[in-house]
Amino acid sequence: MNRLKHLFEHKKGPALSIYFTAGYPELNATLDIAEALEKAGADFLEIGFPYSDPVADGPVIQESSQKALDNGMTLEILFKQLKDLRKRVTIPVMLMGYVNPVLQYGVENFCRDAAKAGVDGVIVPDLPMYEYEELYSECFAKHQLSNIFLVTPQTSEERIRKIDSLSNGFIYLLSSSSTTGKNLSVSQNVEDYFKRIKSMNLDNPVVIGFGISDHESFQKANQYANGAIVGSAFVKLLGSGDGYLEKIPEFIRKIKGSGVS
Amino acid sequence: MSYHVNEKGYYGDFGGAYIPEMLYPNVEELRRNYLQIINDESFKKEFELLLKDYVGRPSPLYHARRLSERYGATIYLKREDLNHTGAHKINNAIGQIMVAERLGKKRIIAETGAGQHGVATATVCALRGLECVVYMGEIDIKRQAPNVARMKMMGATVVPATSGSKTLKDATNEAMRDWINNPVDTHYIIGSAVGPHPYPDMVARFQSIISEETRWQLKEKTGKETADYVLACVGGGSNAIGMFYHFLDDEDVKLIAVEAAGLGVDSGESAATTVLGKEGVLHGSRSILMQTPDGQVVEPYSISAGLDYPGIGPQHAHLFKSKRASYVSATDDEAMQAGLLLTRLEGIIPAIESSHALAHLEKMSFKGGETVVVCLSGRGDKDLDTYIRYFGL
Repeated sequence: MNRLKHLFEHKKGPALSIYFTAGYPELNATLDIAEALEKAGADFLEIGFPYSDPVADGPVIQESSQKALDNGMTLEILFKQLKDLRKRVTIPVMLMGYVNPVLQYGVENFCRDAAKAGVDGVIVPDLPMYEYEELYSECFAKHQLSNIFLVTPQTSEERIRKIDSLSNGFIYLLSSSSTTGKNLSVSQNVEDYFKRIKSMNLDNPVVIGFGISDHESFQKANQYANGAIVGSAFVKLLGSGDGYLEKIPEFIRKIKGSGVS
Repeated sequence: MSYHVNEKGYYGDFGGAYIPEMLYPNVEELRRNYLQIINDESFKKEFELLLKDYVGRPSPLYHARRLSERYGATIYLKREDLNHTGAHKINNAIGQIMVAERLGKKRIIAETGAGQHGVATATVCALRGLECVVYMGEIDIKRQAPNVARMKMMGATVVPATSGSKTLKDATNEAMRDWINNPVDTHYIIGSAVGPHPYPDMVARFQSIISEETRWQLKEKTGKETADYVLACVGGGSNAIGMFYHFLDDEDVKLIAVEAAGLGVDSGESAATTVLGKEGVLHGSRSILMQTPDGQVVEPYSISAGLDYPGIGPQHAHLFKSKRASYVSATDDEAMQAGLLLTRLEGIIPAIESSHALAHLEKMSFKGGETVVVCLSGRGDKDLDTYIRYFGL
């Protein structure tokens, strides 16, 4: 069964996804955090594998990545941790990170180990569409991994159509062209852009990310999309010191707001 | 074999445009337009005029007699150090700002290591009246203070890069982040032959003036357009690719690129990418870079801020893999000695970057009568503090 497809077909109301960097704040907290997030009501997850030069990320995720690397996180260790993923977590899980660690691990090895762990999709922001189509799409398909593409306000309609045709999970709609961790300000322009995407009636569900940090921005995003992704705001919580696991239910409840399941 | 970029943006196995979607519209706009813009007659005319009257080109090809005597070969120095602002970087900065203008951009950003590219960019922004923001590693800001002051005088904002190793790599990351956050009105003037396609090709074309002039200058001086050896230092590789460009198809010209070995290639404190690196992706292109087995980029080291970069441009990776050029290295000590030697023999203080190329002369053996061209990519004024400290002057 395709967990992502199932989620978007059966989910009533907006889906909430949470991003966190594997290996942060502690090397071995990955599955504890994932499990706590599911229990708290997150609908799907993005687990970031850290990279030394994350050019699409703002300071919060940069710092979490550096700390994770200092803690010794590698793709090899992450896949070892993920061996028990499906014993503890049932919601869809994406892996998110930059292309160079994937290349060094080997694309085939990466897809195989991700699939084996029960990962549903992969988000690699700096993997170009051309290279994906030519070199990687076959491997992704063989292992039934969804490749998630990003769309920004500057992405042309023609390119969005192409992305839609290559996607089989969801499309990651950036609230603005920015690095991660900026606050969403819904101006008329942003609203027009969200409306424009919605009116395109894409085949894939659309999930909005970048700048979603609280209930208000979550609600706003969900007027136009099937869900929203919170990253930096959650990573900040993880960095807030001991007891971060216990703070997760409250964090999720606040974002979703009462009455939303 | 072709040593140039193909229509997909690759040099053999290297190149491409590994960029997040946020950068795609800008890079794609550039890719679609750059050749048409730079091949346009009015562009060419204006570019040539600026190179002549503003930069002071052609830069001399100087027969270094005492250096030649010492090594037993006929050695010419391509004097990019005599350009306005003191290095080859201005060639590319002028070309790119003209491209940016024609794309209707109002704001210029750049990264810089030694500060030469930052100064060149700040200079052309002053010349054309465009806003300029330069990212520079916090460590480099300290070791290249005069260049920081020059940029500020020109009206540029210098932003310290405080992440990672706080040098050129991190300044490049910060510049890319700026570009992501300013997707419409900003052009990023990359200073080295790195970055996503079409940057490496565009930078190489603007720097190719170095070898274009060298050919006719050699013809005037020796009766022959080519040399036996052509040497240049390599960080990201912009002066080297400019120096090699018009010799690439003359297979009898031996091209030698000199990397910075820092304290020695095996010391753990080095920037010798072709020795220590593996294939991978950094700053938007597939190339060779210094990295851990897990694909994390390793912090390089060199006494020279301009060579302190963990990768090389994709065209260099191709020239290395295809063996068209040989990649060697010189340590801090070898470079510093070579810099002092040139000063004593010829009265020219070279940039420490360029001193790396000069240092390799020491390791070559000549039969006598060979013609050698060394790219003197920049002058050493900015490095005086380092020279003074190193030699206890």
